[in-house]
Amino acid sequence: MPNPTITSTVHKNSWEGIRRGRNSRPLEWIAERLIFGVSFSAIAVVFLIFIFVGKEALPIFLGQTDSRAIQSIIPAADIDKTPPDVLRKYLGLDKVQFESMDRDGKKDMMQLREDSMKEMPDSVRNDPDATNNTTSIRFLVAPHQWQGYDQPVYIWQPVGSIQKFNLIPLLIGSLKTTLIGLLFAVPLAIGAAVYVSQLASPRTKEWVKPAIELLSGIPSVVIGTFALIVLASFFQGIFHYQTRLNAFVAGIALGFAVIPLVFSIAEDALSSVPKSYVQAALAVGASRWEAAKDIVLPAALPGVFAAVVLGFGRAIGETMIVLLVCSASVVSWNVFDSARSITTTIAAEMGELVSGSPHYQILFMLGTLLFGVTFVTNLFGDVVMHQLKRRIEGKK
Amino acid sequence: MNSNHKGSLRRQRFDLSSAVGTGLTAGATMLILVILAVILGNVAVNGFGQLSWRFVSTVPEKDFFEPRSAAVLPMIVGTSVRVLVMTIFVIPVGVITAIYLTEYARAGSVYTRIIRAAIANLAGVPSIVFGLFGAGFFVQFIGGQMDGLFGFSEAHWKKPTILWASLTLAVMTLPVVIVATEEALRAITPGLREASLALGATKLQTIIRVVIPNALPGILTGAILAVSRAAGEVAPILFTGAAYYLPDLPHKLNDQFMDLGYHTYVLATQSPDIEKTRPILYATVLVLLLLTFSLNAVAIVARARMRRQMRAGH
Repeated sequence: MPNPTITSTVHKNSWEGIRRGRNSRPLEWIAERLIFGVSFSAIAVVFLIFIFVGKEALPIFLGQTDSRAIQSIIPAADIDKTPPDVLRKYLGLDKVQFESMDRDGKKDMMQLREDSMKEMPDSVRNDPDATNNTTSIRFLVAPHQWQGYDQPVYIWQPVGSIQKFNLIPLLIGSLKTTLIGLLFAVPLAIGAAVYVSQLASPRTKEWVKPAIELLSGIPSVVIGTFALIVLASFFQGIFHYQTRLNAFVAGIALGFAVIPLVFSIAEDALSSVPKSYVQAALAVGASRWEAAKDIVLPAALPGVFAAVVLGFGRAIGETMIVLLVCSASVVSWNVFDSARSITTTIAAEMGELVSGSPHYQILFMLGTLLFGVTFVTNLFGDVVMHQLKRRIEGKK
Repeated sequence: MNSNHKGSLRRQRFDLSSAVGTGLTAGATMLILVILAVILGNVAVNGFGQLSWRFVSTVPEKDFFEPRSAAVLPMIVGTSVRVLVMTIFVIPVGVITAIYLTEYARAGSVYTRIIRAAIANLAGVPSIVFGLFGAGFFVQFIGGQMDGLFGFSEAHWKKPTILWASLTLAVMTLPVVIVATEEALRAITPGLREASLALGATKLQTIIRVVIPNALPGILTGAILAVSRAAGEVAPILFTGAAYYLPDLPHKLNDQFMDLGYHTYVLATQSPDIEKTRPILYATVLVLLLLTFSLNAVAIVARARMRRQMRAGH
């Protein structure tokens, strides 16, 4: 007679009859719970990244960050008249710090603020931009006519007494280098994927595939250095451009980093198309190229598209290559001008910043933005590949 | 089978578009291989001449742009230590997660789908975002909590350290280990598990005594891939532990460290005399490549062999 507890677990568990409840084998039960617990770590980490990168950027999104060069001053003499809550926010302290400080300490801080405001040079004091909060959404995305400029401009210039945080130059920089990289990498990678998975002889495939995968083993800092020294001069010899280190060089180098990823995913998608499709095409007289182009490629198209989308995510998130090759932030779609990407900006400017300053928060906001973009592309790629494989397996 | 296709192709009329298509895709493949060869060749040709025993075995002086005194011992030590510490954290977590996915989880359940989506997602998060995460979570949050807990008045842990850099890299390489281990576990024939169970072993005993030993080469491949990926990464350690210059080798987990990849970046961009620094830059890149790339090559060849054996076995 089958035991009812066993039969009830059969459909859940391929290992029939192993699970007999926690009482019969406590060690097994504990181990299973532990393994289950550890498996949660991957999910936990994604959440933690979202929370801890987003947390630092939250004041920007909520509009609480204030980067005005000239701020209203509460005179130190008014310390007893100011409500503690207002005072705490004014001094930029958290609750614990605020409680642990005595009255004199707070008064000293207020005095310091007052003095630093008095010492501010007149050039800043008389600048109309000094009273603007440059972290507000209007200053982040819209052009602004800064003091000394004769027209509204997009500027990323987070140094000096008036910090300019316009994101448009960085977005253009990221998109420009990424698109150049993809335009270069995608045709090559997909062409190679078609060749390796459909046209090459098994012996060629056996060494070409690992060789292309090897390209992904070259650290991006090495690709960046190679682009900086060799590639930049090589292309200058061909195109005779002015700026030696420009978005074009960075884009091509980005392409080197993207090729193995797009190749692997596209090859995987093409290889998952059943052999019977090809055989049927060959049987009615198609050449191997025609079978690959007209039968296999259309069948695997969602997977190939996913490869391109994931390649986009990889390229826009790549840091060291663009950091090494070019860094000047300019608003220009010309490929032979310099470019400063979002990732470069974070890497180059984060180092010396005080945690919690407006600039620091803006960089974390850029990080959140990047995380959001790659989150969407990854999720999309994952879903498409999953569905493609299920559909093909269903048809088999 | 295959030679038949080729034969039939040859007997057909010459088809220009097919020839052009095949030629173009073969050309794309060739170009990628040429790019790989040129990068490796360029570094090898320019780097090997500069490599010396003194270069890899001494601590450089403060001015490490000077070719006569330039050396990379602290960077080799720093990179090795941070990768080693990372391995201690990432291998157990990654392997256990993979065991859950292959041995325990139900294939179609919602939880399994979410884990898989999370892993796929983690694999695609930009490395600089890991750097920000490490700075915000490990350095500021965990480090701050630890300092409070131990009652340190100065920052002992709330600062960039080897430990925080290693943990950041562990988070980054988690998907690499999980995916490689899973592949290795799936390659084991179900018959082996069934035989063990039929002899009266429990599920846990089967996993520990039969499944893991058989998957060990695959798990090792995953570990090597993770190590080679992490060793070359710079962005995640920029704010979590790497130092521009340190006169001493690191000897505590809460020391900062010098790093080969970061040092390459410094040499390439901050040098006062680019022409003079170029030889040591190439030598440093070569050391970095020897460290990461050779490991990667071993892992990829081992993996290709494993896949072939798997196909032959089934």
